[in-house]
Amino acid sequence: MAKDNLKKEPLMRIVKRTKNSTISNKMAVIVRVVAILLALIVCGIFIFVLTKTNPIKVYYGMIEGAMGTNRRVWNTLRDTMILLAVSLAITPAFKMKFWNIGAEGQILVGGIATAAVMRYMGATMNGPGLFAVMIVVSIVAGMVWGIIPAIFKAQYNTNETLFTLMMNYIAIQLTSYFCIVWEAVKGSGTIGTINQETRNGWISTSFLGNIFGQFNYSINVILVIILMVVMAYYLKKTKHGYEIAVVGESENTARYAGINVKKVIIRTMAISGALCGLTGFLLVSGSSHTISTNTAGGRGFTAIIVSWLAKFNPYMMLLISFFLVFLDNGAVQIASQYGLNESASEVMTGIVLFFLIGCEFFLNYRVVFRGKHEEA
Amino acid sequence: MDTNNAIELKNICKRFGDVFANKNITLEVRKGEILSLLGENGSGKTTLMNMLSGIYFPDDGQIFIDGKEVSITSPKDAYELGIGMIHQHFKLIETFTAAENIILGLPGKEVIQMNAVVEKINELIKKYGFELDPTKKIYDMSVSEKQTVEIIKMLYRGANILILDEPTAVLTPQETDRLFDVLRNMRNDGKAIIIITHKLHEVLSLSDRVAVLRKGEYIGTVLTKEATELSLTEMMVGEKVSLNIGRKPPVNVHKKLSIKNLTCVDKAGVTTLKNVSFEANAGEILGIAGIAGSGQKELLEAVAGLQNIQEGSIVFHDDKGDIELVGKTSTEIRNIGVALSFVPEDRLGMGLVGNMDLADNVMLRSYMDGKGIAVNRKKPRQKTEKIVDELKVVTPSISTPIRRLSGGNVQKVLVGREISNAPAVLMTAYAVRGLDINTSYIIYNLINEQKEKGVAVIYVGEDLDVLLELADRILVLCGGSVSGIVDARTTTKEQIGLMMTKHSTEVM
Repeated sequence: MAKDNLKKEPLMRIVKRTKNSTISNKMAVIVRVVAILLALIVCGIFIFVLTKTNPIKVYYGMIEGAMGTNRRVWNTLRDTMILLAVSLAITPAFKMKFWNIGAEGQILVGGIATAAVMRYMGATMNGPGLFAVMIVVSIVAGMVWGIIPAIFKAQYNTNETLFTLMMNYIAIQLTSYFCIVWEAVKGSGTIGTINQETRNGWISTSFLGNIFGQFNYSINVILVIILMVVMAYYLKKTKHGYEIAVVGESENTARYAGINVKKVIIRTMAISGALCGLTGFLLVSGSSHTISTNTAGGRGFTAIIVSWLAKFNPYMMLLISFFLVFLDNGAVQIASQYGLNESASEVMTGIVLFFLIGCEFFLNYRVVFRGKHEEA
Repeated sequence: MDTNNAIELKNICKRFGDVFANKNITLEVRKGEILSLLGENGSGKTTLMNMLSGIYFPDDGQIFIDGKEVSITSPKDAYELGIGMIHQHFKLIETFTAAENIILGLPGKEVIQMNAVVEKINELIKKYGFELDPTKKIYDMSVSEKQTVEIIKMLYRGANILILDEPTAVLTPQETDRLFDVLRNMRNDGKAIIIITHKLHEVLSLSDRVAVLRKGEYIGTVLTKEATELSLTEMMVGEKVSLNIGRKPPVNVHKKLSIKNLTCVDKAGVTTLKNVSFEANAGEILGIAGIAGSGQKELLEAVAGLQNIQEGSIVFHDDKGDIELVGKTSTEIRNIGVALSFVPEDRLGMGLVGNMDLADNVMLRSYMDGKGIAVNRKKPRQKTEKIVDELKVVTPSISTPIRRLSGGNVQKVLVGREISNAPAVLMTAYAVRGLDINTSYIIYNLINEQKEKGVAVIYVGEDLDVLLELADRILVLCGGSVSGIVDARTTTKEQIGLMMTKHSTEVM
């Protein structure tokens, strides 16, 4: 038989990386850097086609937009901290493989609770007492929103993804309702800035003003950094953290080890929801001073990307949150600078995320070409 | 080319990374012969067979089918060449009948002539001596019947070369005999049959020739009638091994665990254990035999406090008195000082966490020790070092995720952890499944040591030859009930085989 008549091996195949072919950490970093570079090149082409401007100049505009002035630096930092806070909040649940896509709703109810305290108690109370009430109430609200799907999951094994998603809609509708109840101008459907005159219940932006200037978000930064360190300790070093990891890997193993799986699910979602609620407080009291259905702004979903890209490592989440916010704020700047609309900035963020998440494929799978030896 | 050869492999190579899974394998299978493919885990048997069935493609070498060089790039190619592989896990649709499963995926007219199909299947059944009703639904079938369906499926498609991957792992001795009769009929009809197995006595009783692989290399082919268990083991392992499980007579035997009228019901409401009563004694190994899924798993889990118990009692006998275990969780049992150790069947799905490192796995059952919210990792790390050292676990470090270890080393860590807790009762389920011969004997020795220390050992096993050599008494389960408890020193394999399928009240 002539060898030509024989069929050949397929040109290329996709092979899952197994225990013997996991990628080295150094390679993993290189793959990610290459992904970002490729994303920037594609973005550059996109920008050039639209604006016919030198992409390098445009990228400079991006840095300018995110970090150009003192004010912009603090805005970028503030948004980074909020995104980091949400990412930290959802991480225990995701590490437990509890697919909580309800952070958005948990943030909103925390925000509503904060806004309510500011409105109704802001006139009579002030100072630490008011903040204590706002914090407690926002935490309780978020916790309730997180615990409900957890109880149903633990008791009746309901699907937590659908459940938390629907809880989001309830939270959004509640927010719309309160926006009308509390509306500033009749018929506007918006609340406007709460306590604009007295600034009661506003987190101070002049703390450490002699170092950072009168306008800064140092309190937000300090709170979230503390949260990050605590979360890293909780996940890595505590018995709770160990239980979460075991339940996430295998419920059977957890039962075998004597872990009360139901209790861990409910407790972890309580923590997760509580921290989302607290983020709602940070958003309302610490930056926007109002509430609307856009307050969470999709951060509950972006945080999932942050958490997974960071492989549940809180310190990595700081970097990734900063990167995403930087990209977002920078893109908004160039969109306005070069007369593109907001969608253009979203397209660019999308391109970068596509490459960044897409490169995970190459970290988990290999493409084997014909004739090459397999490296399974 | 010799046209008497159904398959001829020449210098087949397959590499995974730097490791040769198959290196220069040259092998032929004749028409009308049964060839046993023998080798330890990781010796490359499955890789080789996967290249014949189109799942892998060889890096180098030639394959000849009926004397013609072929290239098999997909399972479809394999089946067009008349190669049929019967895997360990069946691929059948439960709600279809045998006949419907057999014709599944085959081209045909819009209207299926089911009567003609059944008739054709019945011809095959008669020709080779199968026992099967083609109109029976799969979910009504025993494991052995399902296997029959898989084999007939291949024959119906005109397979002339059959590859069976450990076909007897799930069968009773009687069912195995029946399968072997059928295979012999097929051989006499001129089919070429390759059977992958670990069980040496089956190799000797069934096959015409034996091909041995070791670490990816072809060691040789011998005529079965010239081989012995010892000579084959030496070929597989590459050195002289003694196949002796040193069972000592039990000393100072006393009651440790009394189980009375235990009945368990699973989540779907199916009774998994019916009225099970027995005693496990300190200083003795109680073997548990039964067809897979006869309630072995549920029995061990019930004792460990992991099952929903409907009725019955489990009493632990101690110097301090008797303790009832039913109604207590596994944590409560541990906290009152009952040292139960349990090596579950599903090692990485129940006994260990694959993505965690060795030390974190060793502390799985003791992570709550110590005060405060933080876990104390110091003691578990020391314990892990000790286990790695004493049981010669091959691992880069104790901080390596355990799933990266080989199956034998994973099991050493699991057994090591369970033994390190100084148990009063040690339960193991399929403790040597998938392990190579040397590691298996290490595990047998560990279990024997525990027995000599006065531990009550409950050993669930699937290899009856091993059970007869290792255990002191053997309890046989059938459909969730105890069909008898026999003395391992005086009973025979056939007797146990009968008890595995027939309910009996005779208790010795």
